[in-house]
Amino acid sequence: MNVAFTAEELKFQQDVREFLENEFPRDIRAKVDNRIRLDKDDYIRWQKILYRKGWVAPNWPVEYGGTGWTAVQKYIFAEEMARVGAPEPVAFGMKMVAPVIYTYGSEEQKKRFLPDILESNVWWCQGYSEPNAGSDLASLKTTAVRQGDHYIVNGTKTWNTLGQYADWIFCLVRTDNTVKKQEGISFLLIDMKTPGIKVSPIYLLDGQPEVNEIHFDNVRVPVENRIGEENQGWTYAKVLLTHERTNIAGVPRSKIRLEKLRKLAANTPDGEGGSLLDDPVFARKLAETEIQVLALEYAELRTLAAVSVGNAPGPESSILKVVGTEATQYLDELYMEVAAWHSLPFVPEQFESGFDGEPVGSAGAAATALHYFNNRKQSIYGGSNEIQRNIICKAVLGL
Amino acid sequence: MDFSYSDEQQMLQDSVQKFVHRHYSFDMRRDILASDKGFSTEYWQLFAELGWLTVPFKAEDDGFGGLAVDLMVLMEEFGKAMVVEPFVPTTVLGGGLISELGSAQQRSEWLPQIMAGSLQLACATAEPDSRYNLASVGSSAVLQGDNWIVNGHKILVLNGPDADQLLVSVRTSGAVRDADGISVLMIDANSPGIHRKNYTNMDGHRAAEVKFANVGVPNDRVLGAIGKALPALEQVTDRAIVAVCAEAVGALDSLLNKTVEYSKTRKQFGTAIGTFQALQHRMADMFIECQLARSIVMMAAMRLDSDVPATDKMRAVSAAKSRVGKAIRKVGQEAVQMHGGIGITDELDVGHLFKRVTAIETLFGNSDHHTARFARLA
Repeated sequence: MNVAFTAEELKFQQDVREFLENEFPRDIRAKVDNRIRLDKDDYIRWQKILYRKGWVAPNWPVEYGGTGWTAVQKYIFAEEMARVGAPEPVAFGMKMVAPVIYTYGSEEQKKRFLPDILESNVWWCQGYSEPNAGSDLASLKTTAVRQGDHYIVNGTKTWNTLGQYADWIFCLVRTDNTVKKQEGISFLLIDMKTPGIKVSPIYLLDGQPEVNEIHFDNVRVPVENRIGEENQGWTYAKVLLTHERTNIAGVPRSKIRLEKLRKLAANTPDGEGGSLLDDPVFARKLAETEIQVLALEYAELRTLAAVSVGNAPGPESSILKVVGTEATQYLDELYMEVAAWHSLPFVPEQFESGFDGEPVGSAGAAATALHYFNNRKQSIYGGSNEIQRNIICKAVLGL
Repeated sequence: MDFSYSDEQQMLQDSVQKFVHRHYSFDMRRDILASDKGFSTEYWQLFAELGWLTVPFKAEDDGFGGLAVDLMVLMEEFGKAMVVEPFVPTTVLGGGLISELGSAQQRSEWLPQIMAGSLQLACATAEPDSRYNLASVGSSAVLQGDNWIVNGHKILVLNGPDADQLLVSVRTSGAVRDADGISVLMIDANSPGIHRKNYTNMDGHRAAEVKFANVGVPNDRVLGAIGKALPALEQVTDRAIVAVCAEAVGALDSLLNKTVEYSKTRKQFGTAIGTFQALQHRMADMFIECQLARSIVMMAAMRLDSDVPATDKMRAVSAAKSRVGKAIRKVGQEAVQMHGGIGITDELDVGHLFKRVTAIETLFGNSDHHTARFARLA
């Protein structure tokens, strides 16, 4: 039993560090450091750099463009990315629809869609959730009625993250109303330029339209855009939901955020002549959070080690989602507490690209509340933390 | 990165599992606790024959190897069955101090006796006002001719009632709480001037309050350099912390499993209580606590076995003790709560597991103490 990196792994770590130091664009890094919101172009530019290096899709099978890395290499990569604040590739194409396409798609679909995802030529968004189907996803009501070589799609999808940028959307739609709800669902890929699609922004608590509602009004989708068999979509979707568990806990990012928080607290006056780090109440919270993240890190390493010897990440990894998102959210709270008065001004526009007005408050302090509000999403999305507890009860505890 | 056990560790685990399965039912444990000594000398001999008493010791001392991970494997299984034999006091604490501080002659004299099962030890460090600070030593030893004259008062001496020898931290110079000036003496437990008040702790384990009044100790019974024992005391205590944390991990697993099983059979309002989501999610949270506790104890054990700086090891141990303490409160209390009335009776093993882990939470410093130590060492 040991967690030391091998010589090869250390060499790999060095390579990743050098690559990120040289290739992660300075202007994007500056934005991240100053908490400026990244725009579409930033993501695409960075993803194309990763693509050219061959590192954009570590989890894909090698034959489709994956890296063939071990679990440890993936972990090292995630750690180094977090260290410089490099954003992970946007998940919807890379981590969500691509595995479904390469696992269940036809050869033609693989050729048609995978290269553009890998190269970041096409921006995807998800079309799972509906206004009345959240955690109970299978109760979705968007319909697709077969008409010759097309499906006619009607309904509303919601929580489409960054859907305003999307070229394509992958959707779960109801193709049979007469059977058990899970058995009448199909998986469709839909071109966002198709007539009848309307995207409406939803503003979140941080003042940003990060998500959207997408309306489908008699949208014609070629049958060839269906993945796999009709009415088998739920099976494919479930695989997608459990497929990608690497880095689900966000440990590397939380570790870096803790390091920065400690420095920040050391430089923040406590109003009594010392620094916030001298405040025993704050110091204790910081220590407890560090300890929690340490426990989480080893829980994740144990999962990775199990995966690397061929065991699938079991339902046990639901704990990574629960504990990881709660840790992230708690860190948001601590950042906001450090900012104190400076967290109150609500000025989302000053964290937009290209803002050239006079900013309120000091370096990013006013962004802390925006992050706090925004990240409440983490315990809700990806199967809410209550759903994760249901999974633990059913699949691990046998309840 | 490798979280698997070696073949030797696997065999060790198998052998402890077999033993507790055959010889350590809840009723058998009850009988042992009710006996005179509160542990089984017969089992102690069996532990020696099975080689378990060699686990904490280095290969050069003819031990199993002395890895913290080995200790973790053994203690986790002890924890599941609530083994009460004084393994930690005699081998990890007492043996650990002899191993760390003792001269070649002292090691070769005492360690074989420990591993053979013929010597019982106890470590006397805590004092009435010391709380968890190992440097807070008011008990004194003054050299007179060839003898040290010891005076003082030690509390919560685990295995104190049955120890043949006491390993006692004493102040040989400096003021109370000075890091320097602390020595360890190995004192015959039956020496004139020693008064032992024996008692039983909340978990059934035996302990003693020990008072020393002008106890004469020969100079060759000093372990290590005079006045320089604190680092070894801390290091040995840290290993004991990993041992009891691993024990707690095993006990918490038992508590979770018993609670889940009970919830599947106990019916209220015509249905198994395990079907109620109000209880299900709490059991999921217990599972999460168990997994985090297990993970952080593995971290601490691996760090003790690595070559990271001493401060990193201390931080790792404190992180584990702090986090395991929290898991103990949560899982222990929830297990009792979900068992309902039967959970608060003396009849059921759940309550006894609860008591043992609650004792572990306090042993060698509670969560608050170790959170503060973790923060201080940053």
